[in-house]
Amino acid sequence: MDSEEYRDHPVRSYVLTSGRAHPSRNTLRPETLVRAVESRPVLSTAGRLERELVQLCHGTLALAEVAAYLQLPVSLVAVMVSDLVDAGNLTIRSNHQAHVLPGKDILEKILDGLRKL
Amino acid sequence: MDSASSDRTVPGQHLAPTVARSVKILVVGAFGVGKTTLIGAVSEIEPLRTEERITTASVGIDPGQPNKETTTVAMDFGRITVTEDIALYLFGTPGQRRFWDLWSGLADGAVGALVMIDTRHLEDSFEVLDQLELRTKIPFAVVVNQFPDSPDYPLERVRAALDLLPETPIVECDARDRQSAVLTLITLVEHAMTFPVFQKVNA
Ligand SMILES: Nc1nc2c(ncn2[C@@H]2O[C@H](COP(=O)(O)OP(=O)(O)OP(=O)(O)O)[C@@H](O)[C@H]2O)c(=O)[nH]1
Ligand SMILES: [Mg+2]
Repeated sequence: MDSEEYRDHPVRSYVLTSGRAHPSRNTLRPETLVRAVESRPVLSTAGRLERELVQLCHGTLALAEVAAYLQLPVSLVAVMVSDLVDAGNLTIRSNHQAHVLPGKDILEKILDGLRKL
Repeated sequence: MDSASSDRTVPGQHLAPTVARSVKILVVGAFGVGKTTLIGAVSEIEPLRTEERITTASVGIDPGQPNKETTTVAMDFGRITVTEDIALYLFGTPGQRRFWDLWSGLADGAVGALVMIDTRHLEDSFEVLDQLELRTKIPFAVVVNQFPDSPDYPLERVRAALDLLPETPIVECDARDRQSAVLTLITLVEHAMTFPVFQKVNA
């Protein structure tokens, strides 16, 4: 039922992330905005997928968008992003403090924006 | 599959550089209720999809072996840049109990959820509502998606059948229609504003 291509990923991802199942930071969510640090070259030891990921992020994208474009599960991309943040190749554009809900001021801005659509 | 993955394109649908924060709303509901349709109607990008493999039983996963107890759950999503600095993401996911592990993580930090209902199969939504009410505290609004052969129940009857709290909003919608879909989002965010948890202003 699953496509062959998709079935490949869990195995490959397991190797790719050295067997870790969770990102070192649990602040990453599917909507977390990430962006490449242009001044920071990707290490020559980085894998092809990691390069692709950084390249994809030369503008701001949410983690879920990165996952969709790379055709990888969000959980895996979270691990890769976390490593690339540690390596200085990506920055987190949003997310300030994790687990902080948007304030009323933010909700009001969202409402204003939605009413203009 | 190595050679195939090198021709994955790198789409340039980046957010504007001014966008510095994101918020999310979940779109949940039984299979085929119109989640992807609603997301597509309001999203500024073609809805995207990711898939996650989850285990539905307490059987260990052997990473080398396809396991019968794992299933692939798809999540569709879209986005709306609502102000120059805020992007709103809409994540569509099935809300059944067996997918709980997946969407409990999603619910974390969400402004709220739209629960889509098909009145031809009202009972299909009970489990989703139970999960939301019992296992999260997030605000939700019920969206009754109208299909051509939907029975013509008054909304108050649907409210009673679903045993909703008096303050829970319930609205009708044509998920294919952008304005109709936008109205459901406005209803939800207005409702969320009444929740004490969002009262704090964090600059
Ligand atoms: N008439 C009518 N048809 C709709 C409406 N919303 C969705 N549909 C149709 O219903 C079918 C299912 O819609 P989807 O948006 O794929 O539903 P879904 O909830 O994403 O489905 P799954 O992801 O499979 O759970 C599609 O054929 C849609 O065209 C609506 O508001 N009115
Ligand atoms: Mg769908």
